[in-house]
Amino acid sequence: MSRTTLDLWVGVFVAMGIAALLFLALKVGSISGSDVQSPYTLSARFDNIGGLKVRAPVKSAGVLVGRVTEIRYDNEHFQAEVVFSVDGRYKFPTDTFANILTSGLLGEQYLGLDPGGEEKTLAPGEVIKKTQSAVVLEKLISQFMFNKAAEGDQAPAK
Amino acid sequence: MGDVLRKLGSLAVNGVWQLGFIARFFVLILRYSGQSFLRLHLTIRELYFSGVMSLLIILVSGLFVGLVLGLQGYEILQRYGSSEAMGTMVALSLLRELGPVVAGLLFASRAGSAVTAEIGLMKVTEQLKAMDMMAVNPIARVVAPRFWGGVVSMPLLAALFSTMGIFGGWLIGVVFIGVDDGAFWSQMRAAVDFRYDVLNGVFKSTVFGVAVALIAVFEGYDCVPTAEGVSRAITRTVVSSALAILALDFVMTSFMFRGL
Amino acid sequence: MSEPLVRLENVRFAYGERMILRDISLSIPRGQVVAIMGGSGCGKTTLLRLIGGQERAVGGRVLVDGQDVGALDREDLYALRRRMGMLFQFGALFTDMTVFDNVAFPLREHTDLPPELINDLVLMKLHAVGLRGAAQLRPGELSGGMARRVALARTIALDPMLLMYDEPFTGLDPISLGVIGQLIRRLNNALGASSLIVTHDIQESLQIVDYIYFISEGRVVAEGTPDEIRKTSDPFVHQFVHAEADGPVPFHYPAGDYATALVGGAG
Repeated sequence: MSRTTLDLWVGVFVAMGIAALLFLALKVGSISGSDVQSPYTLSARFDNIGGLKVRAPVKSAGVLVGRVTEIRYDNEHFQAEVVFSVDGRYKFPTDTFANILTSGLLGEQYLGLDPGGEEKTLAPGEVIKKTQSAVVLEKLISQFMFNKAAEGDQAPAK
Repeated sequence: MGDVLRKLGSLAVNGVWQLGFIARFFVLILRYSGQSFLRLHLTIRELYFSGVMSLLIILVSGLFVGLVLGLQGYEILQRYGSSEAMGTMVALSLLRELGPVVAGLLFASRAGSAVTAEIGLMKVTEQLKAMDMMAVNPIARVVAPRFWGGVVSMPLLAALFSTMGIFGGWLIGVVFIGVDDGAFWSQMRAAVDFRYDVLNGVFKSTVFGVAVALIAVFEGYDCVPTAEGVSRAITRTVVSSALAILALDFVMTSFMFRGL
Repeated sequence: MSEPLVRLENVRFAYGERMILRDISLSIPRGQVVAIMGGSGCGKTTLLRLIGGQERAVGGRVLVDGQDVGALDREDLYALRRRMGMLFQFGALFTDMTVFDNVAFPLREHTDLPPELINDLVLMKLHAVGLRGAAQLRPGELSGGMARRVALARTIALDPMLLMYDEPFTGLDPISLGVIGQLIRRLNNALGASSLIVTHDIQESLQIVDYIYFISEGRVVAEGTPDEIRKTSDPFVHQFVHAEADGPVPFHYPAGDYATALVGGAG
């Protein structure tokens, strides 16, 4: 085989390989570095984060605005501290409400941000004070049962 | 009892010696790589033999693995009513594990064994010695290009394997079973992270490439220069490469995907 | 008389515990063809490897063109090897290249000559061994004798000062054998080189060489010009020249008493 045919084949091979890598990078995966531009970090403390994990999405009005970068236990407040990065294009008021929500009944958990009405916006590194913990299914069910039972007790008295 | 212990001891001692030889050989390859990079066509030639020649088996196997993943995945996912997650399942299992590992195993048995056979044969027929006597360093001229050919081919082959596999999964899911095309891709994109899944897979396959290529050239260069010696060296290349791939995969997986 | 090209002074060599060469002193004068003979496994090939610098002597010195081969570092050794050519027992042609590329290999590796010039040089070398017509064949398509001639063309590609031949006559038919023998002599004279042949083919060697050394058990046991060798009464040389089964080189490997071994079971 001559040098040129060999070079041609190798060229085809390398081009195919790079095309495959690009396909995997752009079409199959999403580049997490580029969908969050010039990010800044915020944090929030929760009584219970449920099943929230690092890299979970941060959404506001259903739109992806950032990702959870770190979860740690705060031993002073006995709470979970969730650190997350937010896209630099988006600013949130200081009275923003942070919730841990679930997509669908059994889907993955994410951090939801509900903006309030304040003029001032959160500066990088600030802590969101208003939070609502994850809904724990077991608690919800036991609450429901308790209420039913309470209703049942009251019924004969009427 | 003493006999068993003695055997175990000699096994361990030999293993450590062997590791040392491989490490020293690796350093030699790196030292003489500069010379072979100056003459790139030597490495390009080896890219042809290890990369292009493995292309067919990699593409076909990737397609079949994807088809099987699609069928099995659908079978399980539709019990939970989430057959749209098929794309996610196929893509993640290929990118994280099956792509690098299966492509690595195939690469070891297709290209690794060929490299060992070639170098071993050159040793048997005194070609390496003749080269050395002509003042041409065989490590720079023969070993280094084959090593780098393998290292470069492996991640490209693994990426092609994964791509074909995802295509196979898509074929089963979207074309034959009728999962929604949009859901297939969007769920996949939402779950697959570039840095976390794609780049880690590329990293894994590069490490496998280094391991397989190093084992292949070492076994060839180190073989007993007889016909029997070469055939044993080829067997050792395939067996040690497979073990190395699986062991390295376990180590890397436990570091990359922990806490998830 | 000028300094010989190669001189070995009291060279000793061992593979681990096994002594191969005990005390060898010999020299190859410039322009001459010297043969080293001895039975199989007497260390002849090791001698070539010592001169080529692929092994280092345990004791003594190996001098090639005034340089101590054993003391050279890799770079100087490679510089020296460019001026040496070694023909391996079965040619050791590169099987993945054509005959032409094989002969061109040392030229391409060590010179920056333009392709046209390399082309001419290769064809000249191939013509010298009578195989210009086989330039585009692959080594697999050559007979044993032809392969060795191609290897010879490759060996002389860089016009070396010293040519070494490792068993050049083994496994050849009488015609090829004669051809190789004549080529060795002719090329030596044409290149003004010196040659060293390691062989056990005594009849062919006696016709083409200037001087012969006999080696046995790691020592030089006899030496002389072909005429002296033919006339000598040395029992070892006599046995070697006349191919006798028993003599100073015994037929039996050293063993205990035969009768005792048979009667007493395991020897």
